[in-house]
Amino acid sequence: MMPEIALNILDVAENSVRAEASLIEITVSVKPEADSLTVTVRDDGCGMTEEQLERVQDPFYTTRTTRKVGLGVPFFRQAAESAGGSFQIDSEKGKGTTVTAVFALSHIDRMPLGDISSTIHTLIVFNAQTDFRYTYEYGDRCFVLDTRQMREILGEGISFSEPEVSAFIREYLETNKEETDGGAEI
Amino acid sequence: MKSLEELRAIRAKMQGKVGVRAENENQIRVVVGMATCGIASGARPVLTALSDAVQEQNLSEKICVTQTGCIGLCQYEPIVEVMEPGKEKVTYVKMTPEKALEVLRLHLQGGQVVTKYTLSAAQDRNANQGKEA
Repeated sequence: MMPEIALNILDVAENSVRAEASLIEITVSVKPEADSLTVTVRDDGCGMTEEQLERVQDPFYTTRTTRKVGLGVPFFRQAAESAGGSFQIDSEKGKGTTVTAVFALSHIDRMPLGDISSTIHTLIVFNAQTDFRYTYEYGDRCFVLDTRQMREILGEGISFSEPEVSAFIREYLETNKEETDGGAEI
Repeated sequence: MKSLEELRAIRAKMQGKVGVRAENENQIRVVVGMATCGIASGARPVLTALSDAVQEQNLSEKICVTQTGCIGLCQYEPIVEVMEPGKEKVTYVKMTPEKALEVLRLHLQGGQVVTKYTLSAAQDRNANQGKEA
């Protein structure tokens, strides 16, 4: 099991990277009034066939050759379902995949969201060939970080892994999250 | 709220530096396993600690920190591999941010392999335990 939701997000988003997505959209939506925490990871990668889609939730299915188990999706599913939530994957071969996990915010077994800003920072900085659009919502407030907008401002030749840029991304994520959720423990 | 406009200032500041940091052949590659097994056992803080330290100490011309998938040694995660041109690959296992920084200091900068954290040391330990049991 993963200790925090943010690590599940990192793990399934890495699947999207491997599916050669050009854009990965990640949304974390916390709605205290509806008692829900919803995570969506949508990519425009290679997608899955119906047969793969059926088998992807089976821990003993993986496309890897380095080991025989694939626990990423089952972990995420278990985390959601054991916290009064639900889990869904939609995929179409050649179009992309969307993973949606819903958690009951106040459920005693819901794992903490964890360090979501680190997850997004890691994804952006270490997967420079992929674009990310990250949306964080808390109640009726929200903020967005879209790497396509960043690329437009930075122009060619300045990588996200440059120290100044990498530090900016982290600060942007952390400051804006704090301002969006008022520092709430999630 | 912080705005992306700050990136313009960063860009202006960096205009002169762009392109200087070309890939070079003598660069040491440091690879952190970031599949489910790695992530679940704490690879993210290891990756962050290494890449932050490399940036803070201005080592990015000499050392390149990247991530990879599962290499099939899940029980030893978090794993950090060090690939130095002309030398054999060194595999460090069961890493933490603290151990990784030790590897950075002693091995990547000092040139001494930190034997106690390597895969072969861990395998020897396992073999010895097997005998005793």
